[in-house]
Amino acid sequence: MDRDAVQASALTYRPPSGVGAGVCPALREPRSSSSMHAVREGATLRLVFAGVMTAETLHVPEKAVPDALRSAHTDVVLDLQGVSRMDTAGALFLNLTLDGLRRAGRSCVLHDPGERFTRLLRIAPPAAETAANGQTRPGEERGKQAAPAAFFVERLIATLERADAALLARLRSVGALVGFFGAFLCIGGGMILHPGRMRFTSLVFHMEQCGLRAVPIVALLTFLIGMVVAYMGAQQLGMFGAQDFAVNLLEITVLREMAVLITSIVAAGRTASSFTAQIGAMTANEETAALLSMGLDPMVLLVVPRVSAMILCLPMLVFLADITALLGGACALYFSLDMDLQAFITRFYAVAKLKHLVVGLVKTPFFAAAIALVGCFHGFRATRNAESVGFLTTVSVVQAIFFVILLDALFALFFTVLRI
Amino acid sequence: MVEEECGYQDETDRKQRENRSGPGSVVVALRGVCNRFCDHTVHDNLDLDICRGEILGLIGNSGAGKSVLLRSILGLRPPNAGSVRIMGIEMGKAGEKEKNAVRRRWGVLFQDGALFSSLSVEENAAFPLREFTRLSPALRREIARLKLSLAGLPASAYARFPGELSGGMRKRAGLARALALDPDILFLDEPTAGLDPLSAAAFDRLVRALRDDLRLTVCLVTHDLDTLYAVCDRVAVLADKHIAAVGDIASLLRLDHPWIQEYFNGPRGRAAFAQAAPGSDGCSLKWT
Repeated sequence: MDRDAVQASALTYRPPSGVGAGVCPALREPRSSSSMHAVREGATLRLVFAGVMTAETLHVPEKAVPDALRSAHTDVVLDLQGVSRMDTAGALFLNLTLDGLRRAGRSCVLHDPGERFTRLLRIAPPAAETAANGQTRPGEERGKQAAPAAFFVERLIATLERADAALLARLRSVGALVGFFGAFLCIGGGMILHPGRMRFTSLVFHMEQCGLRAVPIVALLTFLIGMVVAYMGAQQLGMFGAQDFAVNLLEITVLREMAVLITSIVAAGRTASSFTAQIGAMTANEETAALLSMGLDPMVLLVVPRVSAMILCLPMLVFLADITALLGGACALYFSLDMDLQAFITRFYAVAKLKHLVVGLVKTPFFAAAIALVGCFHGFRATRNAESVGFLTTVSVVQAIFFVILLDALFALFFTVLRI
Repeated sequence: MVEEECGYQDETDRKQRENRSGPGSVVVALRGVCNRFCDHTVHDNLDLDICRGEILGLIGNSGAGKSVLLRSILGLRPPNAGSVRIMGIEMGKAGEKEKNAVRRRWGVLFQDGALFSSLSVEENAAFPLREFTRLSPALRREIARLKLSLAGLPASAYARFPGELSGGMRKRAGLARALALDPDILFLDEPTAGLDPLSAAAFDRLVRALRDDLRLTVCLVTHDLDTLYAVCDRVAVLADKHIAAVGDIASLLRLDHPWIQEYFNGPRGRAAFAQAAPGSDGCSLKWT
């Protein structure tokens, strides 16, 4: 081995003992050491390749060869004598060039590939179907483009077809969601009749996950929202001397809407996404298929505990959110209006109506069911694709928030009609 | 196809071979490799050489640390002690640039293919080309298709996604991706596990043909006795936390190691032997 050459290379490794400096030649070759130049000999065009023809260096001849082949020479010689190393990519490129030239009716010979390259050239034939796909090869002339008008119409039709397919897929997904809801009602109803079939361990686990663990964030957010509502109310109402009505404003906004909405949206972000990810990963891993094959219903094992946990926990979370939001409001009023806690409580007690609290809390089980069902439903749609779980998680959060706000609007309409 | 025998005559012979780069030279050299998980030692002072142009099979009990060893060679889990030298580069001490140069010269087939599920089969096979070469997309596609056809995938599978393929097809697609840059060394983790016998035999033939045609060095972890008999030039036995024995199967069979005897002389071992060498004493197992 030429030790000087080894040491000159950037990749040299000198072991401490002095033995074993055998760095592999493939690692020592500088990159992009491939070249091609064209020589014109009368009617013959000779393309002289030199250096290493591997995938890493092949971009040089790939650019140079089509340029050289533009000349009108009918006889082409590919000269490989200067090639020191070749891999299947290089062999494939040569075969493609040969193939293209033969298709174009030009004669083409390889000059002395030698035994070592002949073998490679034999195992790297151009794929048969490429020509049928209308793709061009290095030696071939590019075919005429389709007329622009026809091309435009084709694109338009393709776009419409895609839009149509996307719309149908959406509709089918909504239909499937309704079907899933129906299946849940059947099985969940059966569970009410036979509570012994309920998986209580799982239920308690999910109550902790989506209830207890959400307490800090829900408390903090609603505390801040309560402050904002009370402060803004006090400021605006103060303009015509009605700053004491800030308590009325706070009571109605927080108890009827704000606490419920904020808590539900946090739950949609936290819980719907985690349900989709959990069930999605299980589906992708064929765990739900394994359950089904054992005669166990994933609906009973996975969905019912999650949805029940959510239905039980969300009202409690909202009740807690009511308290923290009112505390936040009291805090803001203390600083902006100098209204101490005693005065706040007295005022609140005078104006508060129980129905506002009830209206707020009545909505929560419905929101909870919507969030949990959407989360679980999208989990079951996962495929073995790594992207699918991520994509479905996004969809499930967006859809859960959408359903929360839609249901809230419907409830508002309903209570207005009932004059509550 | 291995031009030279890979057994060493003595220590000087070993050192000489490590210094060369021709056929029969050492491509992967493990010296004193130790792997520990907390206080559980998987490998203790393990030595192994893989020679250029050979197909080396790595066998051992489940849990003997075959996959850990493979991960140590690949640098996915650097060994707690010892050195891993690949193509003359000491992987534990080399810079990132040198290591990347080595990484481009090997191809790895993971157990379930480890295909990128968001890319189609063809894009998977073209992925290394896209990342490491400056070829045009058309030529990249041609090369990817060549590799896929070398790996024995039908053209109808090229546009499909890994999730839509059978296990055997995923393995073939993973092999095509491992072959994308024409590696010098190919690491195969259980290449025939989970394949039907016909596919497994075809895979064996494929590995052998690739080695012969592309002059690869192949290291494969396997449990498949048929594969061992059909393709491996040498077999390394991982037992008792080190390589208990290396050699061709005939020489392993002569050893008086209890695990090796049990492994090759169990009912499955003898059946594989009978299939691989008809006419030998394994024939007594045949139906008459």
